[in-house]
Amino acid sequence: MTLEGLERGHRARIVAVDWSRLAPEDGVRLRALGLDAGARVAIAHRGVFGGSDPVAVMIGRMTVAVRRVHAAAMEVEPL
Amino acid sequence: MSRLRTAALVGNPNAGKSALFNALTGARQKIANYPGVTVERKAGRLTLPSGEPVELIDLPGAYSFEPSSPDEEVTRKVVHGEFAGEAVPEVLIVVLDAANLEQHLVFAQEVIALGRPTVVALNMIDLAERDGLTLDAEALAQGMGVPVIPTVAVRRRGLEQLIAAIGTAQVTAQEVQPHPQAQRTLAERRFTAANIAHGAILSETAQHRLHAGLDKVLLHPWMGPLILFGFLFVMFQAVFAWATPFADALEALAGMMADAINNNMGPSFVRDLLTQGVIAGVGSVVVFLPQIVILFAFILAMEASGYMARAAFLMDRMMQGVGLSGRSFIPLLSSFACAIPGIMATRSISDPKDRLTTILIAPLMTCSARLPVYAVIISAFIPHRTVGPGIGLQGLVMFGLYVAGIVGAMAAALVLRQTVTKGAASGFIMELPRYQMPLFKDLAIGLWQRAWIFLRRAGTIIFTVTVVLWLLLSFPRAAPGESQVEASIAGQLSKGLAVVVEPIGFNREIALALIPAMAAREVAVSSLATTYAVDATDEDAAAQGLASQLSAKWSLPTALAFLAWFVFAPQCLSTIAVTRRETNGWKWPLFMLAYLFGLAYLFAGITYWSAVALGL
Repeated sequence: MTLEGLERGHRARIVAVDWSRLAPEDGVRLRALGLDAGARVAIAHRGVFGGSDPVAVMIGRMTVAVRRVHAAAMEVEPL
Repeated sequence: MSRLRTAALVGNPNAGKSALFNALTGARQKIANYPGVTVERKAGRLTLPSGEPVELIDLPGAYSFEPSSPDEEVTRKVVHGEFAGEAVPEVLIVVLDAANLEQHLVFAQEVIALGRPTVVALNMIDLAERDGLTLDAEALAQGMGVPVIPTVAVRRRGLEQLIAAIGTAQVTAQEVQPHPQAQRTLAERRFTAANIAHGAILSETAQHRLHAGLDKVLLHPWMGPLILFGFLFVMFQAVFAWATPFADALEALAGMMADAINNNMGPSFVRDLLTQGVIAGVGSVVVFLPQIVILFAFILAMEASGYMARAAFLMDRMMQGVGLSGRSFIPLLSSFACAIPGIMATRSISDPKDRLTTILIAPLMTCSARLPVYAVIISAFIPHRTVGPGIGLQGLVMFGLYVAGIVGAMAAALVLRQTVTKGAASGFIMELPRYQMPLFKDLAIGLWQRAWIFLRRAGTIIFTVTVVLWLLLSFPRAAPGESQVEASIAGQLSKGLAVVVEPIGFNREIALALIPAMAAREVAVSSLATTYAVDATDEDAAAQGLASQLSAKWSLPTALAFLAWFVFAPQCLSTIAVTRRETNGWKWPLFMLAYLFGLAYLFAGITYWSAVALGL
């Protein structure tokens, strides 16, 4: 299951990230924000205007907006 | 040990660095660019308890020393002393968001590991307490090996202690044994950050309810966009309505000054230069200061409150539709005030093609310099009546012009992304900061800086251009019975241009106004004011407002074509100059000039021809 498919409000842990699917700069930024294997996350909001893109991810006490493609590259296990 | 001279604030974005910087240095700040790059350098003066001044620098926010944006690159270079011409800060002040320790400690460790005199400001401790966090600053200081001072920048709490700690940081640093912090990996730093944060948090209750509650409404699938568009609509109505009394007062003041000069000086060249050139020209531009201040007040409040990032989140999907990201929304929204800060704000867009596209379409957003032009034409040609409860027709036309700019920009982005800036779609990764009440002082400092930039432009570029134009319009003197404008040097010059713009309904006076308006769009208004003031046969006609003169001399199709022209025309040398600087060459500014003038000519023409065909 990927972060992209996680239901809103449910909590999960990132188990693996397929960095090869993402642009290198995006990877640097995601890691700097703590979105990496081991992080506990939840989906707080999804974008409007079709496609539920982007997604707002809760990580710790921070909310980070990422695109669906980023979320789709993150394998999660529900908590 | 030498006297302390320089210190710098470093920290993650959204740690409250700017508010702390304002609180520590007050309103006396020097804002410039770092040489060679277009990242803003903010410096101010901090006074130590001993009375000695220290230059304090507010470094751009960074998540790590591994840069993923030009801002982060600057921070890394300055801190490491690799930035040519920039002194290495002797003391580093790490600013942490107390409510987001686990995240912010990751970068803080990188800074502390440099082994330089460091002080930590545990900032926004009040918000952390509001969120149900109780922190132990002492435990944090032990975990990190440097002094930790709890601060609340917006309430000036902890500032004295922080300044004292900065003053003694060089001494303290020699006493404290630095932790063995060799190069460590991100994962190791993250693990340590979690441990230190865990040790410093005494108690923790449920997470920020207010914050989540606000997001639930403001990011709601249909309420969110509705609130955003409602907010933007109110913003533009306010710009038009609230500014009126202030603008009227400024106008009256200009009139009084002209009267005073007329009454106290005999007819002379200097008197005419002062009244017709300086006061009529510069005055007609300064009148728009209230509108610019109101617009910037809204934009600065959006930024300071954290709502700007939500607007970017809401708009990301739409921007994606034209090949951009929500990140472009902020520069584009800033371009409503002025394309120059807007284009400079594109530095936060990491993707180069995304950034270039945003720069190229930024001048299409209706900047405040267009307001004078729109306002004069609208008040002259659009009847002052309401078309619904609380909706004035004039405001509606103004809104329509803004929408035309937005639609034009989106269409241009779509075409550019398929052609000249073709490339893979970019990502959108952005922290949504916590909501905060904007502080009056921070808004006031920001507004003052913006207003000063505008007034300085009015006092230099616009002053020079209007005086030169007045001279060109006044010489040689016309023979009796001949029009002064026709006879003047400028009148002769504009004949050539008039041939080009005649098909789209522009008259000689407009052709004449377009030349100096290349300096800045609002000069078009002062040029028209100067032209009609020079051309006025008697004092009564000169005393008439510009709007009533225009409505008597222009047809409605001409006025509408003039409005359409200004939606697109790149009439601002400063924008071209800043584009050259931001794109490192003449290729893109020249491209911008060509495509925007093309669009302006085309749409002014279409407007004129259809208005004539409709019999307006």
